Amino acid sequence: MKRAFLSGNEAVARGAYEAGCHLAAAYPGTPSTEIVETIAKLYPEIKTEWSVNEKVAMEVVLGGSFAGARVLTAMKHVGLNVAADPFFSAAYIGATGGMVVVTADDPSMHSSQNEQDNRHYAVSAKVPMLEPSDSQEAKDFTILAFELSEKYDIPVLLRLTTRISHSRSVVELGERKEVKVKGYVKNPKKRIIIPAHARELHVLLEEKLKKLQEYAETTEINRVEPGQSDDFGVITSGISYNYVKEIFPDAWVLKLGMSFPFPAKLVREFASRFERLIIVEENDPFLETFVRATLYSDDSGLSLERVLEKAPMVDHHNLSRPEVIGKKVVPICWELSQGRLKRAFGMKTPETKSYPSPLPPRPPVLCPGCPHRATFYAIRKLRLHATGDIGCYTLGLMPPFNALDTTVCMGASISNYWGLESVLGEEFSKKAVAVIGDSTFFHSGITGLVNLVHGKSKGTVVILDNSTTAMTGHQPHPGIDRDARGEPAPKVELEELCKGVGIRRVRRVDAFNVKEVVEALKEEVNADEISVVIPTGKCVFVDKTRKSPMRVDESKCTGCKVCTLAGCPALSFDKKKNVAKIDPLLCTGCTVCAQLCRENAIVEGGEES
Amino acid sequence: MKTVNVFFCGVGGQGIITASDLLGIVAMKSGYDVKKSEVHGMAQRGGSVISAVRFGEKVYSPLISEGEADYVLAFELLEGARNLQYLSPEGTMILNTQKIPPLPVLTGDAEYPEDLEEFLKRETPKLIPVDGIKEAKEAGNPRTLNVLMLGILSVFLPFGEEEWLEAIKERVPSKYLEVNAKAFSRGKEIGERARG
Repeated sequence: MKRAFLSGNEAVARGAYEAGCHLAAAYPGTPSTEIVETIAKLYPEIKTEWSVNEKVAMEVVLGGSFAGARVLTAMKHVGLNVAADPFFSAAYIGATGGMVVVTADDPSMHSSQNEQDNRHYAVSAKVPMLEPSDSQEAKDFTILAFELSEKYDIPVLLRLTTRISHSRSVVELGERKEVKVKGYVKNPKKRIIIPAHARELHVLLEEKLKKLQEYAETTEINRVEPGQSDDFGVITSGISYNYVKEIFPDAWVLKLGMSFPFPAKLVREFASRFERLIIVEENDPFLETFVRATLYSDDSGLSLERVLEKAPMVDHHNLSRPEVIGKKVVPICWELSQGRLKRAFGMKTPETKSYPSPLPPRPPVLCPGCPHRATFYAIRKLRLHATGDIGCYTLGLMPPFNALDTTVCMGASISNYWGLESVLGEEFSKKAVAVIGDSTFFHSGITGLVNLVHGKSKGTVVILDNSTTAMTGHQPHPGIDRDARGEPAPKVELEELCKGVGIRRVRRVDAFNVKEVVEALKEEVNADEISVVIPTGKCVFVDKTRKSPMRVDESKCTGCKVCTLAGCPALSFDKKKNVAKIDPLLCTGCTVCAQLCRENAIVEGGEES
Repeated sequence: MKTVNVFFCGVGGQGIITASDLLGIVAMKSGYDVKKSEVHGMAQRGGSVISAVRFGEKVYSPLISEGEADYVLAFELLEGARNLQYLSPEGTMILNTQKIPPLPVLTGDAEYPEDLEEFLKRETPKLIPVDGIKEAKEAGNPRTLNVLMLGILSVFLPFGEEEWLEAIKERVPSKYLEVNAKAFSRGKEIGERARG
C-alpha cells in the first residue's frame, strides 16, 4: 500500500480525488488554501476554479450538485461567514450530487482576524459534521462525507483546524473511484426555496437529521477507546484528541469523528461508567454544551400522555450524572497543546530556560521590492487616514508606515470609509483614503464602491494592483489573465469596471514611482468628486526578474535615515558608521529607497557577494 | 521507544520547512510513525518560522511543547535564543550562528543583543554552534544550509546516510543533488566531531 507524508489539506484533496469528485471551487484563505490548490495542481480529473469569493464558490458547487456531480468547496472559518447564505439554503435543498463543504478554522488566529468556532454552523445550518484528527482521517472522512451526503441528500461539513490542515502525518493512498455524474433533472420543489417549498423542505431536513443521529450513534468513527484507569472518562474530537492521548495515555476516551448530530445515547452510555467526565476541545464549549444537555435530561421516556396527565417526573436516579469538567479548566481562547493542557490541569511540566529580557520581535514585513511600499510611504507623508483591508497590504499598519486606521474583514475598507465620511462630512474625504487590494476588491469591494457612487461620496479609493492574491500564496483572480491551472483566461479590467460604475476620475499610477503616487493621492483626495487611484506594480513573486541591487555610496550618505522610511528589510542603518547599508542578496533594485534619498546616495551597482 | 522530538526555528527563506519535511520523509520511510507541524505563510514576509517533527512508534500530537525537544535546530541566532524554552533539560541545540536582524533592528528601533551565543552556551545542556553559511559555501552553495544542518543532526538519529539521500532526492531538483549531498556529508562530519 502506497504511503505518503501529507498535510491535512493535501489529504482532503486526495480524498476528493479518490471519492470521484467532479468539481471544486474555492477562494484562497489560510489555512484552507492548499486544498483546492492541490486539487488544481495534481488532479486534472476534477474541474477546479478560484472563484471570486466564498459565496460564489459555494453557489458554483451547489449548481454542480444540482447536475448530480460530486462537488467540494473549501474555505477558512471566516470564509463560511461570506458563504453562509447559500450554505443554509443548501441544507434545505439537499445534495443530488454529494456536496462537501470544508471549513478550516484557525484557533490562535495564526493568520486570521478571529478564532470563531465553526462547529456552531453545523447546528445552525443543520448539516452533519465530521472532525478528523489527523491526515489519514482527513482523507478518509472526505470520502465518507461524499457518501453520507448522497445517501442522506444533505451537504456535509468537514471541519478542520490549522493543526490538522498544516500538520503532516502518514497517509495510506487508495485508487480513484469513478463516479458517474447523475445528470440534471429539473426539480423546482427541491431547488426553489419559496416559503411554500421551504416549509416542506424543513420538515424533510429534520427527518434527515434524525436518521443521521442514528448513524452517529453507531458509526465506527465515533469510538470508545478503553483505558487502564476509570477515574474519569474523556470526550474529545479533532486535533484535541491527540493532546488527550499525550497527557492522559491511560484514560478511557470517547473520540467523536462525527460531532453533529450529537450521539446522545453513545455519550450517555459512556458517561455511565464514570464519576467524572473531562471534555477536551479548543475554543468553544461545543461538545461540552451538548454533553451537559444530554446528561441533564433524558426525554426518551416522555410521552404526550404523561405530559397532559401531569404524571410524575421520570425517575432519573439511575441516570448517571457525572461531574463534567470542560471550560472551567480547559482554556477557551487560543489553541491547545499537550504542554498547555498539562499546565491547565496542574500536571508537572519540564523546567525550561529563557533569555532574561525581551528579545526584539521579528514581525512579518513587506518584502524587498513590494509594490505596496511607496503607497504606504505616501499615505504617511500626506498624513492621511486610511481604512484598510485584508491582504499583504495590511502590513501597512506596521512601523515605519503606521499608515492604516482600520481592518475589519474582507471588503470592509470602502464601506467603513463611507461610514466615516457620512458622519464626519466632506471634510473627511480630503484627509482620508480607502485602501484595498486587487483580489480583495473583486472579492467584496465592488459592492462597496457602487454604494459610494450612489451615495455621492467624494472619497478616494486606492486599489493596490499587484496582479495576484499574494498573502495566501499568489493565486490568480479575475483581474489577471490566468486561471487556477495557469491556463489563459479573460481578465476583468479594473479601470473599465470603475468607470463602468460611474466614476470619472480613475487613474493608474506606477506603484514604484514615489513622486507619481504621492502627487496622485494628493490630487485625488483634494478633488471634489469620488476617485479611484490604482497603484500598479507586480508582486515580487509574480515577476521574478530582478534588477541590479542598489548600494549606498557612503561618501554621499549623511546618515539622515530618510531611506529607512521605506521600511525595507534589505536596508539597514549602521549606527556605528552612521550610514545606510543595503543587502545585495535581498535587494531587488526597485529603487523606492533611492527615490527617498535627498543626497542621491543610493545608486545602482550593488554586488552579489 | 520514546518519541524523538526535533524542533526547527529560524527565519522565512532559510529552507526550514523543506528541512523538516525531509526529516519527516526519512522517518516515514524508515518505518516510524511521524507527524510534523509548522507555522508558515508569514514566513515569506521575513517572519519567524518554527516547525516540529516527532517520530516514534505511534505519535499523537504534531506539536512540541516547552521542554520537550530532544533536538533544536536553530537556523539563526536570535531565533535560537527566542525558542530556547522548547529544548528539553537534556537536549542538544544545533545552532547556525548567523545573524539576520529583524526590521526593528534594521531601522535602529531595537538592538540585536550581543551576548546570545554566550547565553546559549551557558544555558543549553549541549550546544553545537556552526558557521552554517561558511560551511555551506565551502560545500558548494550557501543555499544548502538546511541540508547541512540535517547532516549535523543525522549523527544523533537512527537513519543511515543512504536513507537521507533518498529523501533529499525526492524533494530536490536533480541538478542540485550533488551539491546537497556534499553539504549533507559536511554536516555529518561536523556532527561527528561535535559528538566526539
